[in-house]
Amino acid sequence: MRMTKCSILAASMMTLAAGVAHADVTLSVLIDTNPETIASFDAVSKAYMDKHPDVTFDVEQRAGGSEGDNIIKTRLATGEMADIFLYNGGSLFQALKPQETIADLSDLPSEAGILDSFKKVVTSPDGHVRGLPFGPAMGGGIFYNRKIYADLGLTPPKTWAEFMSNNEKIKAAGKVAVAQTYGTTWTSQLFVLADFYNVQAEVPNFAADYTANKVKYANTPAALRGFEHLEEVTKGGFLNADFGAATFDDGMRMVATGEAAHYPNLTFGIGNIQQNFPDNLKDLGFFAQPGTDAAKNGLTVWMPSALYASAKSENLEEAKKFLDFVGSKEACDLMAKAAPSGPYLVKGCELPKDIPPVVSDMLPYFDTEGRNGPALEFLSPVKGPALEQITVEVGTGIRSAKDAAALYDQDVEKQAKQLGLPNW
Amino acid sequence: MIKRKSPYPYWFVLPAAVIFTVLFLAPTVASFWFSLTRWDLFTTQFIGLENYRQFFREPFLIQGLVNTVIYAALTSGTKTVLGLLLAVLLTSGLWGQGLLRTVIFFPVLVSTIGVGITFSVFMHPTRGLINVALAAIGIHGPGWLTDPALALYSIVFVDLWKGIGLATVIYIAGLASISPDYYEAARIDGATRTQMFFRVTVPLVKPATVTVVTLSLIGGLRSFDLIWAMTRGGPGFSSDVLASVIYKQYQAGFYGLSTAGNVILFLLIGLIVLPLTAWFNRKEVDL
Repeated sequence: MRMTKCSILAASMMTLAAGVAHADVTLSVLIDTNPETIASFDAVSKAYMDKHPDVTFDVEQRAGGSEGDNIIKTRLATGEMADIFLYNGGSLFQALKPQETIADLSDLPSEAGILDSFKKVVTSPDGHVRGLPFGPAMGGGIFYNRKIYADLGLTPPKTWAEFMSNNEKIKAAGKVAVAQTYGTTWTSQLFVLADFYNVQAEVPNFAADYTANKVKYANTPAALRGFEHLEEVTKGGFLNADFGAATFDDGMRMVATGEAAHYPNLTFGIGNIQQNFPDNLKDLGFFAQPGTDAAKNGLTVWMPSALYASAKSENLEEAKKFLDFVGSKEACDLMAKAAPSGPYLVKGCELPKDIPPVVSDMLPYFDTEGRNGPALEFLSPVKGPALEQITVEVGTGIRSAKDAAALYDQDVEKQAKQLGLPNW
Repeated sequence: MIKRKSPYPYWFVLPAAVIFTVLFLAPTVASFWFSLTRWDLFTTQFIGLENYRQFFREPFLIQGLVNTVIYAALTSGTKTVLGLLLAVLLTSGLWGQGLLRTVIFFPVLVSTIGVGITFSVFMHPTRGLINVALAAIGIHGPGWLTDPALALYSIVFVDLWKGIGLATVIYIAGLASISPDYYEAARIDGATRTQMFFRVTVPLVKPATVTVVTLSLIGGLRSFDLIWAMTRGGPGFSSDVLASVIYKQYQAGFYGLSTAGNVILFLLIGLIVLPLTAWFNRKEVDL
């Protein structure tokens, strides 16, 4: 990670030195610390600087999770935002008052090549598209260790019952069945959030009714199940001993190296293994979080983050030119090479042929219509800030699933009220 | 009370008055206003006391309040008692007294965040130094920061380690100001060492006690950095205090709500500390 950061810096400094003669522009950029993000930005910005020697990039990194939300919101509100910044689409994007703070990108030529499913999650309430996809779409589900599965003769489960019986066998073999990592709090939410495809399959209207305050997690059995799954896994004694202190990096390491058999997370974790344990990449597998019915097995999908331009940027024209390049097939091909961990949302942009097995595990869900659906945060602006603490409570055994769901229902009220949604 | 006319002309106090108004008075008044609004940094909407109602409805708030009081009482109480005992030890003419005083004060100088991160590494349930050492002598150590029943107390322990030096130094200064005559008089009267401690030292060191209690109590009530560095209020909400609950509301973008929380914290500190100092100041030293 540090290497890449240095090379971006070095590259930008070199160009800075070379480009003094031109009317040079330095675009400030705020991205996160994910190795895939850094590698992709490195690739795309280098290609752009080759074409435009007068442009340089001043890249700054920020934390993820709620810490990151805070940085983005505060900097936008105080007018201190970088020219270009990376942030989520969907509910988090809507909370930024995009029509006031983020530049309108709907007239960029490259928007024509972006899939509509993505454009929807970066469109402000006034109907203008304001972001371009950066990185691949992600699946939320369960990483598994292929070696453990092969040794114990297991197959990836299609129902939750099968998953739990696999866990029993893994535990009986003396191994950690499920890695949990509450040292990185957000990772505790996965069993709940990645279950949304299954919720949707049972209650097709859930997202809309939830936004309209007609249904709740606690009173919808299908929605409550995510919390119950987390509780079952904890009560089953399947977790690693240090689950309370382990971090996201630990979790990815455990499932890749066979210290644990399963780790629920988003597929952007693949980049972590590529970077830290490339030799173990071949042992990593992935399946969607199984639900009750094997016939309705499908994947909950997270849209990639987007690059946005700050509405107050002094280099708005230059920033838009660069963003137009980011949305092109050419830039997408570069990203797909740098971070081939999932499908890209630019038309005609394909992953390289030699993808690791964990990515090929994921692609079938995207190839078949109806086998994937967006996570709730892309369908509803209502998301409570305390979910990660509440799920830590369930996973640690402090609070029951039912109580937790009710508490989360209460937590989302603040967000809904702040957004001024009707019925709340 | 009769108001005495200030001996200074107005132009003399004007710069201080401007600084005070711009940097302290205006933000305080503004925060009372913002606590009555739904504020997302872009727009504000007046909603009356809704934020306060919401804040008291936060399910984690009650636990946060209880934790705040436990944390403040434990750290403040222990710093007062232990600080005095350590000060007595370090003024008793030990060999290398100056060095020992430095050693106990040293943690005060270290960054709180650094201390928090270091101790959370030591307290890792399986790989941490503490539990590895315990395992070596056959004890299975608990999850110091991951067990919801223990987390808050583990942080209290680290707070004490880090903060006791300041209390000790204040007490050392307090002890130094007690005239040796009192001890001599007590000795002539045949007082034992214990009697001298409770009848001479403790009453006469009261100004230092007042300082230590007030400082550490306020410090404990608004404590945040150490807790955030070690557990972020977790696991779940089990080591949340008022300040971390407020910070989380702020992080989530509920600026009006978190401002209301700050006003509540302000009032809470006032309600606890003001009567306490009044009580301290009323009681005359009684030898």
